[in-house]
Amino acid sequence: MTQRPRTEVLETTAADVRGLVSARLSEGFRTAMVAGHEDDDGFRIVYVLVRAADDRRCEIVLRTPHDRPEIPSLAGVDYPVGRFEREIRDLYGVVPVGHPLPYRLVRHGHWPQGWYPMRRDADPEPVFDSDVGSFPFLEVEGDGVYEIPVGPVHAGLIEPGHFRFSVVGETILRMKARLWFVYRGVEKLFEGRRPDEAIELTERISGDTAVGHTLAFCLAVEEAGGILVAEEDRLVRALLLELERMHNHVADLGALANDVGFGIVNVHAQRLRETLLRLNKATTGHRLLRGGLTVGGARLTALPDLEVISSVAREVAELADVTLGNPTVQDRFAGTAVLSSEAARSIGTLGYVARASGLDVDARRDHPVVDLGDAFEVVVEEGGDVRSRYLVRARELAVSAAVIADLVRRLDWRLGTGRTQAPRGGVGSGLGLVEGWRGTIAHRVELDDSGLLGRVKVVDPSFFNWPALPVALTDVIVPDFPLANKSFNQSYAGNDL
Amino acid sequence: MNGGAAALAVVQVVVMLVVSPLLVGLMRQTRARLEGRVGAGVLQPWRDLRKLAAKETLRASGTGWVSAAGPLVLVASGLLACALVPLVGAVPFVSVPDDLFVVVSVLLVGTVALALVGLDAGTAFGGMGSSRHMTIAALVEPTVLVAVYALSIPVGSSALSRIVLARIDDPASVASPVSLLALVALAIAVVAETGRLPVDNPSTHLELTMIHEAMVIESSGRDLGWLELGSWLRLGALLGLLGSLLVPWGVAQDAGVAAVLVGVVTLVLKLAVLGCVLAAAEVFVAKLRLFRVPELLAGSFVLAFLAVTASYLVVQAG
Repeated sequence: MTQRPRTEVLETTAADVRGLVSARLSEGFRTAMVAGHEDDDGFRIVYVLVRAADDRRCEIVLRTPHDRPEIPSLAGVDYPVGRFEREIRDLYGVVPVGHPLPYRLVRHGHWPQGWYPMRRDADPEPVFDSDVGSFPFLEVEGDGVYEIPVGPVHAGLIEPGHFRFSVVGETILRMKARLWFVYRGVEKLFEGRRPDEAIELTERISGDTAVGHTLAFCLAVEEAGGILVAEEDRLVRALLLELERMHNHVADLGALANDVGFGIVNVHAQRLRETLLRLNKATTGHRLLRGGLTVGGARLTALPDLEVISSVAREVAELADVTLGNPTVQDRFAGTAVLSSEAARSIGTLGYVARASGLDVDARRDHPVVDLGDAFEVVVEEGGDVRSRYLVRARELAVSAAVIADLVRRLDWRLGTGRTQAPRGGVGSGLGLVEGWRGTIAHRVELDDSGLLGRVKVVDPSFFNWPALPVALTDVIVPDFPLANKSFNQSYAGNDL
Repeated sequence: MNGGAAALAVVQVVVMLVVSPLLVGLMRQTRARLEGRVGAGVLQPWRDLRKLAAKETLRASGTGWVSAAGPLVLVASGLLACALVPLVGAVPFVSVPDDLFVVVSVLLVGTVALALVGLDAGTAFGGMGSSRHMTIAALVEPTVLVAVYALSIPVGSSALSRIVLARIDDPASVASPVSLLALVALAIAVVAETGRLPVDNPSTHLELTMIHEAMVIESSGRDLGWLELGSWLRLGALLGLLGSLLVPWGVAQDAGVAAVLVGVVTLVLKLAVLGCVLAAAEVFVAKLRLFRVPELLAGSFVLAFLAVTASYLVVQAG
């Protein structure tokens, strides 16, 4: 790392926060996260804004007392901020005053009244009520309008989420998703751990994104603790990140074909994924790439076999040709579940969802950790439909394969130092931004004076992308929903935490 | 001849009861092998039936006698169709007509029973499946009627056995334009009616895309077993009808033991070949968007209609 990204920290008051945040947003910053904290003297809300153009980061700090925890709502300024405010309200009990949608987000009906799980005095094992309040859904009324409730337990082996469709005939009028069925209090589990003992947690935030979340966490700890990472280790980290992207994209490319009944493509995609998982095992000792990253370093057990990587990339390209060459598949993909570029931008989408709607965002370029070389390019498609999200994945996979080849060559038989470094000591905070396979992952870490983790705030790109799904469902018919949902393929565990 | 016809009907029912699950197993196995999977084996549907028969039948609260009776009606209509359609032999009943309208009505009784089972539990999925199922049925039944009607014009009778017998006497008529148009239309209708790709995906786990599976989603145990068997019998009967019309040879013309044996063997062969062809074709197609299904079925109806028009022209020219 040649130059540490400059982070600007601004203390503000309830009266000024709106103006300050709006000013930064109009200067090209985007909201990376809004994190709640509980200090001895009250609650502290940190608005983290980042700018892609020059990798500048800005933290705006707002304090509110214990006895009257309130912040002015900025939901009208920026949509993602409004969602973070609802999250903070449910986890810390800090009320966003004037919020246009003052409904619960994380909280489920069976949580005891006044139980805010992230507070210091929160009972770790509260007595849960039955879910009497249930979850209020807006009822759509009219001739022939009916509701289809789906989940949270599904027929397939997928994570829990409840979807409520208001439908007339087969056309979806409105869809509301209810998530947070797998809220595990992950952020709370970090508190008081040594940073290197937290790796086992970060690798399990979202099982398919072990590298992405762990790397974001390591970067945040390293910034907070003043740890420098060797060039060799940074190359290894980039390599692991691309390996993770490859095996996930292959699985999605097959699953999308499977969802339109084109099963043979899925069978081959599964075979290729298995090839990659075995390669992962040979590379790190774990099929999902756990164990490769350490705080302050990284280590491989072997470099990946480039023959395998390039043959998988070649076969995936052929599979994508076969898939898109089928007229029925083409008809199912094209024009289905369109997310317009304006909607994608105002919702704050990230990752392939954003790039398929024409937004040129990628943390690998915007917040670089290591130079990825000429093989790297950001893939952007304009359509915003299922086909575009398919194409972005297919093209990104090819880019990843090329980047891996380049990184392996640059590593030149080095496997990484595998060093674990302790923070330099003293209070500090840091932000890690990583382009995981789903999109930009953000971790913000605060270290206390003994070098232990004080507060870790985790943001999976799914938190930003979930609200885009209902928007994309305009004019979509019910039997196309599973396909649309798969094309977004958001994480439940990463969102729910 | 009525005794012979009755004996043949019994043979057909018994053979189809045994063979239909095997046909489904063969189709699944073919598809698995073509996709590079090991597959569960041809006998798996029979194992499933045995398992379901042994399990406790749970019914959703609020369901009534429809949930209990519907599966049995579906099986009964499937068995009746197997008895009436000329599969092993084409020996017409004197008292009971194996008229095409009768056969289509018998199948429709099963269709309606299945749709009612879907509606009975009052869940969104069942209703959704039933609504889609009836939409498709409404488009398929006219095609089946018109297609077989086209075949009946040269024969001068709408009895299926007479049509098949006429085709054995005059093999050239099988390859006539009328016959080909009608058979293609019928084949598409059969695919739609039996819930195969590209209309419905029998192996999906996605509740919202289901048609047939959505209707049986609340059924369990013996109910589900009957529903599965009933659907398989329909598939067998319709494919068998297609086979008898496409390749009429081997169909027994009397109830003699030798003729019936030949009939049984050729029926099994025809079903196996048709099943493998259908399963192989499914590997290469994806599922149509639901709103495109009516276009496909309208296309098959047009083919059937052309077949009728052509048959009048041919008759007049002759």
